[in-house]
Parts: sequence; C-alpha cells; structure tokens
Amino acid sequence: MGERSALREGLRAYRLIAGMWVRSSMTYRTSFVVTVFGNLMVTGLDFVGILLMFSQVDSLGGWSLPEIAFLYGLSVTAFGIADLMLGSMDVLGARMRDGSFDILLVRPAPVLAQVGADRFALRRLGRITQGAVVLGWALVSVDVDWSAPKALLVPVMVVSGAAIFSAVFVAGAAFQIFAQDAAEVQNAFTYGGTTLLQYPPTVFGKDLVRGVTFMLPLAFVNWVPAAYVLGRPYPIELPQWTAFASPLVAVACCALAGMAWRVGLRSYRSTGS
Amino acid sequence: MAGVDSGLTGADDGSTGADSGPAGAESGPAGAESGPAGAESGPAAVDSAFIELDGVEKVFDVRKKTGFMKRERRQVRAVDSISFRVERGEMVGYIGPNGAGKSTTIKMLTGILTPSAGRLRVAGIDPSRDRTRLAHRIGVVFGQRTTLWWDLPLVDSYRLMHRMYRIPDARYRENLDRLVELLDLGDLLDVPVRQLSLGQRMRGDIAAALLHDPEVLYLDEPTIGLDVVSKSKVREFLRELNTERGTTVLLTTHDLQDIEQLCKRVMVIDHGRLMYDGPLAGLHEAGESERTLVVDLERELPPIDAPAPARVVRVDGPRQWLAFPASESAAPLVARIAAEYPLVDLSVREPDIEAVIAKMYAERATA
Repeated sequence: MGERSALREGLRAYRLIAGMWVRSSMTYRTSFVVTVFGNLMVTGLDFVGILLMFSQVDSLGGWSLPEIAFLYGLSVTAFGIADLMLGSMDVLGARMRDGSFDILLVRPAPVLAQVGADRFALRRLGRITQGAVVLGWALVSVDVDWSAPKALLVPVMVVSGAAIFSAVFVAGAAFQIFAQDAAEVQNAFTYGGTTLLQYPPTVFGKDLVRGVTFMLPLAFVNWVPAAYVLGRPYPIELPQWTAFASPLVAVACCALAGMAWRVGLRSYRSTGS
Repeated sequence: MAGVDSGLTGADDGSTGADSGPAGAESGPAGAESGPAGAESGPAAVDSAFIELDGVEKVFDVRKKTGFMKRERRQVRAVDSISFRVERGEMVGYIGPNGAGKSTTIKMLTGILTPSAGRLRVAGIDPSRDRTRLAHRIGVVFGQRTTLWWDLPLVDSYRLMHRMYRIPDARYRENLDRLVELLDLGDLLDVPVRQLSLGQRMRGDIAAALLHDPEVLYLDEPTIGLDVVSKSKVREFLRELNTERGTTVLLTTHDLQDIEQLCKRVMVIDHGRLMYDGPLAGLHEAGESERTLVVDLERELPPIDAPAPARVVRVDGPRQWLAFPASESAAPLVARIAAEYPLVDLSVREPDIEAVIAKMYAERATA
C-alpha cells in the first residue's frame, strides 16, 4: 500500500516538474522550434544512413530492408519513449557536484520522480515520431503472415522496450551517485544500446549477443520477439516462449533498477557525496 | 495514540494546528508506516524540545589515492557527538569556520543526510526516516543555491510550491500576499528569476520556503553576497517572522552582524564539536573579542595615547587603528580622541566570527 501511494505521489511530482520544464523551454520559443526541427533532422538522417547502405546491398546479416526497418522502428520508438521520460537523468552527476541535488531532497516528493523529470524536454518527441514513422512503414512492408500473437507482440515490444530502456536510465543514474562524472557511461548503455538494436543480431558476434540477451537483456526490446514475428532464427538457441518474455524481463529490470536507485540514494545520504 | 501524535502534533499549539492539518491528513495513508516512529516519540513528547540532538555523529569515509591502485581509507568525523535542543519559537545562530560541520548538521536536520550515530528529532520526526513527512513542516533556504525556476516568472515557482506541498488555496493566497508585502516582491512576481538581483532572488527564495507555513526555517548563509540594504531587509523580515509568527529559525552565517541583530542564542561549532552554546554576549566574553576603531586624523601623528585597555595596533599615515574590548562602549574612547586630536573621520569595525573563535581557542589552550 505504501508502495502504491508512493508511485502515485511520484507520478504527480513528475507531472508537476515536467510541466515546469516545458514552460521553461517555451520561454525560448524560437530555440525550441529550431531544436525540435533539428532533432527530427538528425534522427531522420540516422535512418537515411541505413537506406544508403541498402542502395549497395540487398540484405544485411541475411535481413531485408523492411526487416531492418522493423528492428530500427521498434528500437528507436521504445528508446524514444524512455528518453522522453527519463533522458535527462544524466544531469544528476552535475546536480550532485553543484549541490542542487540537496534541494530535491528537502521537497515532499519522491526523489526519483524529481530526478526523472529534471530537464524534461518535449523536443525529444522528434525521435519517437521518427521511430514510429519507420515502424509504420516496416509493418506494411515486411513479408509476415500476421497472426493475433504476432500482432499483439508489436505494442508489447514498444512498451516493454521503453520500460527496459527506462530501467537502464535509472540504473545509470544510480551509478552516477557513486561516480559523479559517469554520465558518459550511462550514455554508452542507452544510446549505444539503441544503436546496437537497430541492426540484426546476426551481424554481431555470439558473445555480444549472449551478453545483450542474458546480462543486460536489451535483446528483449526487439531482437528476441522480432525474430519470432519475422520467423527468423535467433543466433542463440532459445525456447519459443521467450519471444513473449519481454514484459517479464522489463518488470525484472525495473525492479533491479529501483533497488539500485535505493541503494544509491541511501549511500548518498550516508556519505553526502 | 501513535497516529494522533504523528499526524496532529499541531493540535497542542493552536495556531499551527491548522497549518499542519493538510500534512497530517496526507500522512494518513502512511500511518501504518509512521506508527512505530510515533509511538517511539510518544513518551519523550511530554518534555521534548522542537529540535533535539543527542550525541549525533556523522562520519564520512574518505578514500585517498596513495599510489597506483592503492587507496587509503580514512574516517573523517564531520560532526562529533553533538547534543543540543532548540525550543519552539527560538531563533538560533549556528556559526563556525568553513568545514566545521555546520552544513552537515543542517543536512541531517533536514533529512538529506543520515546520522552515523545518535538520536535526532525535529517536531518528533526522525528526519532520515521520514524525509517527506518532515518536508511539509520545515522550510529550507540554501544561500548559494536556489529552489526557483531560472527561466520562469517568480510567481510560477510559487505555484509549483502551492501544488507540490498541497497548500489549500485560501491559505496559499493569504501567505503569498503577506510574503509579497513583507519581502517587497510585488513588482518582481512576473519577472523571470534569471533577471533578479542576488538580493531579490534571496527574498524570493525565502518566500518560497515559507508558503507552506513551516514550523521551522533553516537558513544556510542567508545574507552571503548581499548588499547592505538587502541584508537589512532580510534581517528585518526574519525578526518579524520569528516574533509575529513564532517560527523557529536556525541560521548559519559568517556574518556576525546577522547574529548580533537576530539571535539571542548562538552555537559555535568547530571540528565537528559544539564549542559554545549560549547568549552572544557570553561568546564575546569567552573569546574576549575586540572591536576596532579606525580614525582618520588631519595629518600624520604619533600613535594616539589611548586609555587602557584600548591601544593602537596599526598606524598608516594619518589613519590609525585602535583595538578595544567588544564588551565596552566606543563612546568614551571616541569622545576622548575627538577632544584631544584633530579628528576627520572614524568608523568602528565589529570582530568577525573567525577572529572571535580563534581567540576562544587561544584562551582554551592557555587555560
């Protein structure tokens, strides 16, 4: 019960603070418009790179362009949602160094919600939009015999993927408590992770695929379930039900990240650094 | 019983009862959780002070690189077994040199840091365990950091407080009106915070910390960097807050004038230990501090022949510096110099905290 009301309190605080950041960014209207546009351009170019590659080759790791677009759309959309919600958690280290983190600790709201909403930026909608457009195109272009479970997996992948990336953001923030200049480490896992998932698992070495499946289970954002949807073999032998395991993996990741955050916060409060 | 104690502490002091109401109501759902804490503070509540520290310690582990891959762990006692009590409605100055443990104490009192040992209660609440519940009852102003939103008009930050602290509408409007008047914020409400001067921003921060009617206000260096006019505005406001609203105030400062003008009681901390706790006058005695009279004469003259214990400590051209005990009036000394020397101008310099504390140590060392 205490947990549930804490969650409600957290969401409320998140909404309030995110709203303040949106209003702040609106005070520089031109700059806002320019960054939204720039963001769309940059993320858009990202996929253009893949298109260019396919002007030279017919397949990548045995996967066709629509199939890669499917992976890309899922990865970018899921990451985009997490990035929109928690993407600025990498300023935590800076907040600790300049002491402004203490201000969050004297407010009557969960600290994680306040840190998550920090520097909330609507310009990040650009990435989600671009991911969704590519995903939409992929859905109509891939050669898949759609069944109910396969169709259901698509929204499940987006939501679970967003949750898995969110967990990575939170775990990264917890890590920053111990190493306050480690924002780049976090970025390696988040931005690095989403780039990795834009390509089929078959182009990577098995050790990497194993690591991304069992250690840091990013493979459950799209690789494992998408392989099932597309009817392609996954490079590692996995039972078929794992294609539907993404929500479970997401819940486990969030729970672990939550614990890491608690440990981190407790450590901050006992060491002050 | 435990629930009554934790939720409605305000009930036994009429005026603030209404204020802490919303906080009390809100802590309802967490009642089960706060129950044991409430029960624990129950018996002590009979004679308990508003702020209570009992042998509170804070030990930091400091890791120092001593070579390649070699680290030495060392423990630093930032706060070393401090005990004190502050009654409701007191105004206390908490002073000491940099790194003495002032901020660490404030951070423990506000629930930011968990004490390593000892017992700590604010309004019957254990700050480290019940941080959020405590937040509704305390106000905090960090002099060098702001809680205000840089790019937004000042009033937007207040609206956030309104909603985040769940301040009832009528109460919010009433408090805002009062604070705007007392802190002279009327023309600033619609100005983006980044355009405010340091003094204006400080007043804005103080108002933000008080909108939810906290029972205690902690101020960490509230006058640092402010000009004389802003300083006196802030001090005047704090005095009024303390006398009219009965708000307990605990402030850390480097400025001895803050203390002189505001606090009857002062606590001195150094190396994590409480060195002195009592009236300001007593501190001067303990430190036998001296004030300095700076006189400008018409021309260069030999050192002024001042009546003991006053004495000339420095001569530079027509300007001379005389030290005299802080506990004595400057008037007889000034009168005598004015009568016997060609006096052009003069000023009196108060002893600063560091000097007072340094003197205090010297006394202790020789005693």
